[in-house]
Amino acid sequence: QSWPAYEEVYNKMLELAAFLDLPRFPDITDSCFLHPDMLCMKYLMEANLPDELHNWTCRVVKKICIGEVDFLTLMPGNKSTRKVKYDVLAVAVIVVVLKLLFLLDDHYEWLLSDFAEERNKNNKEGGPYFEFKKWYKVIKCSLDVEQKKLDEERAKYLWRCEKPLFYSAQKKSKVLKRRQIVVNLQNQFGKLSGSVRPAEKPNPSSFQLSWSEENTDGSCFHGHSLKGILQEKCGLLTAMNPDYWLCTVKLCTEKLCGHLAHYREVDFPQSYHFVLRLFSFLLRIQPSYIHDEVCVIEHKLFNKKLCKKPKYNIGLRK
Amino acid sequence: SSREHKLNFKKSKEVCLNYIQDAMLQKQWKRAAEFLTFYIESLEKDFSTEYMGPSEMIWRIGTEILCHHSHSSMKEFNSFIEQMKTLGVKRYLKVCLEHAFHLLCNGLVDEAYQNLSLAESWRFGEQTVIQDKEMKLIQAYRGLLDYYSWSKQKNVLLEHGHDGFEDLSVEQEMHSCFRKAAVNLKEIIKIPGVWDLFVKCYVDLLEFYGDHNEARQVLNEYAYNSKFPANPNAHVYLYQFLKRHGESKKSLISALKILHDIVPSHELMIDFNTMLQKSKKRKKRRLGLEVIFAALDYAGWKENVKAWNCLARQVKQIVISEKHLDWIKQEWNSRKDWWPAFHFSRYLAKRNWQENESLSYEKALVAGILLGKDCKYFKYISHQGCKAQVKRFRILKKFVNKHNPVYLRISS
Repeated sequence: QSWPAYEEVYNKMLELAAFLDLPRFPDITDSCFLHPDMLCMKYLMEANLPDELHNWTCRVVKKICIGEVDFLTLMPGNKSTRKVKYDVLAVAVIVVVLKLLFLLDDHYEWLLSDFAEERNKNNKEGGPYFEFKKWYKVIKCSLDVEQKKLDEERAKYLWRCEKPLFYSAQKKSKVLKRRQIVVNLQNQFGKLSGSVRPAEKPNPSSFQLSWSEENTDGSCFHGHSLKGILQEKCGLLTAMNPDYWLCTVKLCTEKLCGHLAHYREVDFPQSYHFVLRLFSFLLRIQPSYIHDEVCVIEHKLFNKKLCKKPKYNIGLRK
Repeated sequence: SSREHKLNFKKSKEVCLNYIQDAMLQKQWKRAAEFLTFYIESLEKDFSTEYMGPSEMIWRIGTEILCHHSHSSMKEFNSFIEQMKTLGVKRYLKVCLEHAFHLLCNGLVDEAYQNLSLAESWRFGEQTVIQDKEMKLIQAYRGLLDYYSWSKQKNVLLEHGHDGFEDLSVEQEMHSCFRKAAVNLKEIIKIPGVWDLFVKCYVDLLEFYGDHNEARQVLNEYAYNSKFPANPNAHVYLYQFLKRHGESKKSLISALKILHDIVPSHELMIDFNTMLQKSKKRKKRRLGLEVIFAALDYAGWKENVKAWNCLARQVKQIVISEKHLDWIKQEWNSRKDWWPAFHFSRYLAKRNWQENESLSYEKALVAGILLGKDCKYFKYISHQGCKAQVKRFRILKKFVNKHNPVYLRISS
């Protein structure tokens, strides 16, 4: 009667693995597809973000040690280690990187974008600088279109099975008769539906959004450079953004409420919500799952600072 | 929580229904049909707790789509409805009735008749009792169609006169239609309700066959039985009947009195006022004044020459007789604050003069009496009228000037 939720399936999977007493799964190394570095690359591409961001995601992954074999590999039955949701982890890393570079507080990212736009005017060599504003417009457009398609598909979803079910001999004739009426009506109105589009061959790739650099409309941002928003300091390129805000100061206890954090759209900046919405669409899960993971990563990343001064509010300086 | 966002069957169908509704509101019938095909499988699930179940939804939505879709035909519609009839026994008669309406709207009178007859013979245990109201309606409409055939046959006979034997069979058929119609129409109008069409037809039948007493009784019941909802038309029908049969002024007046109470702006108020003005009884004449003033309170009457003529005549008569000026005073009291702007503005004076000289004449007379010779309306109209050298305006001017003191007495 309903599609199972991601969380349900995931938990059942863990239970099943433990029940079957499965041994440690094959190692997940950095050459595996499920490694955060790989998945980050995939999602960066799908989200139409510059390839250069990959350096940053790898840095974060390394810093918080989530690229380690032992952390990533599934050990069924081992209740002490937190289980890894590979895709969620990867997109959460991307979200954190975006926050590091663009802050995403509904002000700074737009200012930075204007700044990059200015710099782009004088930019003759190499590729264009990445402008958040442009990216936002392109992505929002595509996202809305795809979301609309998805919503319509969900409305058209057919639930019934091929053979009608009935639980008693008495009901049989009634059920069959009903089925006959349903089929007749579907035929009748199906003919009135207008030209039936032939079923499109499903795309074998797992990418839902694809961007090509051959498009001349400039809607592909893969090759864009981050130089527009970085500055040189001591020979290294660092982010201009000196600030960061934590999604949550304290993590919840998972056992009590089932979540590490609680996400409400109204409590957070629109840009942050937009980014979550993008990835939650791609992954087909609720934004709150990604938000949870983002919180965990942030706490790992700023662990030292958090431990030192537990009274820090939102707006921690890096 | 995750449960709220889970895509489940119920939610999925709700969303589907929203898409159907949107498409229908935007008259995108193909799109509506497309989404309806995905909704139809709801018939196989149990929705017994819902207020309106899927079978009723599908019936209503499907009907709308088939009515408006460019590729749909009557044949398709009929086959769809037949399936709908089998879907819900509790709604069977309702579906039959609406099907008949639909056929009638498409001019398929014979098919409608057949459907109604078929529905009349339906029996289904206690459902027949529960759906008694619909059954009565079905019989009533069938009776109406019988009346319609009767009427056609009557016209045929009247046109050709009584020559030849061919007419005998037509006549016999006509009488049998009458009997069938009369039985059913009589039944439905017993039940409290608004049955204008049925009453009219039934009375027509009775009058033709000379049963005036029954007709009068039916009309009286319809108009005066307190169980029936207040219906101005009931009084109109009664009045028209009484008039047709030359009844006394007294009964005509009492029939219209109630109409005046319910609908003071009714078009028959002119007839009513005319009757009352002529009455010898003072109370009646007083009522007449009240009636015509009340009618002219309504915007729809503003440019009605006849109404203004009635008022003008009565006002003039009162002024000349110098009796009952207090009547005018009483009526004017509640109106003096707003009638001047409503009826007698300078703008209206110009417009009335341009568009309708007779209207401006009548109104000017009233304005002159109620507001005096110096009021905007009267001044403008009488000036224009005299300038155009139309005789009656000169007479009007003299009249109003002569009786100007009356205005002073009224307005004090």
